[in-house]
Amino acid sequence: MRPTRRTPDNPRLPFPARPCTGPDTVGDHARTERRPHTISLYAQLVRYGFRKHATYLAGALAGAFTNSVFGILRAYILIALWQARPGLAGYDVADAITFCFITQALIAPMQLFGGGLTIPERIRSGDIALDLVRPAPLQLWSLAEDLGRAAFLLLARGLPPMLLGAVLFGIVTPTGVTRWAGFLAGLLLAVLTSFGWRYLVALSVCWLVDDRGVSVVSMVLTTFFSGMMLPLTIFPGWLGELARALPWAAMVQAPADLYLGKAPLLDTLALQAFWAATLIGLGAAATRAIRYKVVIQGG
Amino acid sequence: MIELDRAGRTFKVKRATVHAVQDLSFSIAPGEFVGYLGPNGAGKSTTIKMLCGILTPSSGTVRVAGLDPSRRRTTLARRIGVVFGQRTTLWWDLPLRDSFDLIRLLYKVDRKVFDARLAELAETLDLGAFLRTPVRQLSLGQRMRGDLTAALLHDPDVLVLDEPTIGLDVVSKASIRAFLARLNAERGTTVLLTTHDLGDIERLCRRVMLIDHGRLAFDGTLEELMASAPGHATIEEVVTHLYTSER
Amino acid sequence: MVRTYLLLAWTWTRAAAAYPASFWLLVVFGCVTGALDLAVILVVFANTTTLGGFSRDEVLFLYGAANLAFTLCDLFVSNLDRISQHIKAGTMDTFLIRPVSPWIQIATDRFVPARFGRVVLAGAVLGYALGALDLDGRRLWMIPVMVGTGIVIFTALWTLAGALQFLLTDAPEVTSAFTYGSQQLTQYPLNVYGRDLVRGATYVLPLAFINWQPGLYVLGRDDPFGTPGFMRFLGPAAALVLALLAGLAWRQGIRRYRSTGS
Repeated sequence: MRPTRRTPDNPRLPFPARPCTGPDTVGDHARTERRPHTISLYAQLVRYGFRKHATYLAGALAGAFTNSVFGILRAYILIALWQARPGLAGYDVADAITFCFITQALIAPMQLFGGGLTIPERIRSGDIALDLVRPAPLQLWSLAEDLGRAAFLLLARGLPPMLLGAVLFGIVTPTGVTRWAGFLAGLLLAVLTSFGWRYLVALSVCWLVDDRGVSVVSMVLTTFFSGMMLPLTIFPGWLGELARALPWAAMVQAPADLYLGKAPLLDTLALQAFWAATLIGLGAAATRAIRYKVVIQGG
Repeated sequence: MIELDRAGRTFKVKRATVHAVQDLSFSIAPGEFVGYLGPNGAGKSTTIKMLCGILTPSSGTVRVAGLDPSRRRTTLARRIGVVFGQRTTLWWDLPLRDSFDLIRLLYKVDRKVFDARLAELAETLDLGAFLRTPVRQLSLGQRMRGDLTAALLHDPDVLVLDEPTIGLDVVSKASIRAFLARLNAERGTTVLLTTHDLGDIERLCRRVMLIDHGRLAFDGTLEELMASAPGHATIEEVVTHLYTSER
Repeated sequence: MVRTYLLLAWTWTRAAAAYPASFWLLVVFGCVTGALDLAVILVVFANTTTLGGFSRDEVLFLYGAANLAFTLCDLFVSNLDRISQHIKAGTMDTFLIRPVSPWIQIATDRFVPARFGRVVLAGAVLGYALGALDLDGRRLWMIPVMVGTGIVIFTALWTLAGALQFLLTDAPEVTSAFTYGSQQLTQYPLNVYGRDLVRGATYVLPLAFINWQPGLYVLGRDDPFGTPGFMRFLGPAAALVLALLAGLAWRQGIRRYRSTGS
């Protein structure tokens, strides 16, 4: 364990003022002994995650461009499929097109290709030890930042494909307060599930020599079983039933169905909440295991 | 061997024009060992990039080994060696020995010549212990010795060194200096060395050039440099005096 | 040039061979990720028998032919789209002080031989489709021609992507829309896309010549958009034009780098 530098505590600045430095550099202080500060700490972390990603606006817009191009290409495939099979899976053509652009809009906020957390680098560099001795729990800390990240990417990389889809093909929009509320709740639960999954993947680095395998497997499972490539509702037979019950369905298929009003509201939210809670619970257990491994065994 | 005639280089930074180097004229004869000094941002790197053909000069002419670097970049590449102290030209993931093999292929060095040359360099720079180690695992001093070897495998006439001793410990510095002095004395390789370490200059360079604000502020022998600022006893003091009084 | 390329690629292959377990792991995972697009096609055809009037095996033929070319380029030249990283890290200077074309050096930098697994997969799909379809034997000569054309076009696209990154150093992701977007586009019969998009993919970026136009000839079908028959044979010419343009753009990119000193 390396010695900890002491910097004067400034309750207003629980994170470094420079947005480029990681959550990491905070490491040394961020003392949160008094309760009222805890809430503001996490609120600040959400903001910090947002700002950190907002510094890469050009990159985000470039990503939005690519997502939009893929949205257009995939939309045509779905149009051809729904022309051959009108009403397939209870969607009409407009629903299918909308679904397609929602999936592209959610790629970045749900981080479907993996990543989004700095934990693997910090495990490799050994800096994770600093994070683990902090009084603020690592998982909550990471979650707060990730929510900020997701919020920014939803705006910067989610809105452009949706708007383009609306202009080029026309997309449906939810009607009524209930559907909007359901969709927004589904979106939040989707981010929580996505975080829960990626956090587990990130921590697995601690036990593996070559972590590329895990990231590829995670990427394959997430892109294919979230509904990003095709609606899970058209997966045939048992494969479809299985896919719709797995955690990845909570990341894209569920919020998309809530948006389209094609799924029972409470059942869908319940499934999402179940997966979010399960994955985050597993994450908490994994955090304890890694703390034991790093702090007690010394990495 | 190196000739600059009123060479200049401007950059456009947010609509403003910055003269990184202007009206720079000097010539370096074969076999010279020249130190090139200047504060950060004075134009040292720009000069070096023009010498290698990485940057095209915006005015004036540059000639290295009789060639115009920006037009004959690849031909020139076979005749000069370049070392950037701040970053490596070796392949990060490959063992040092494999990096050298690649250099041999890229520069089309005959295998026999290459083997003899590598054996010689490995001996003088003491590379034996880490030839099989991937570059990323080397210490800074080992890496710099590897980089020097890589720059010399094709037996260049000119060696350009951009801060080769930066961040090195005393022992590594001493061994690299001794090697460079021998290279220059025995092989007659022309060397241009930029550095912030005045020990490098004292130990190695008979001639010193000082650049400031993109212009040549001093060009002469080390003795002349010392004499140019009377009342200052050490080279540090002289150079500090020149850096601060030139503006 | 080819010799230098192969020598550089071989060095990286040797380096990768030092870790055989990782190597085979990457081969397997490469195949799995490559198989995702194939799985999508199979799921689509689990719901329908024809897409845009084409059968499953015809789509697999188009997929296999385009992807064989694409995966070969992915193996051999896709590293070109990392130029922005080289510029930011300063390694671009290193490529320029060596007496070999930077194009070759960048294309081979960290060559990943494990990507050959995807080539095998694409080849297998093409082989399956050729076996399953009842094709006119006198037209099969077109298949190597179309794969060759595809290789040239995808290589040109990656070169263009690299050249573009000299301008878009902060937003290199834009170029994926062209490289990986072209892969996505060519996996399906082009008539499922809108007429305007297909026009663009024929006359602006000649993506239709990778597998669509020559593929129609092999399958013995007319173009649903009614392009004349001679267009089936224009692939090599279109590929050559694009390759020339890409070469020019690349030279401009290098020149710009050397004159801006970014």
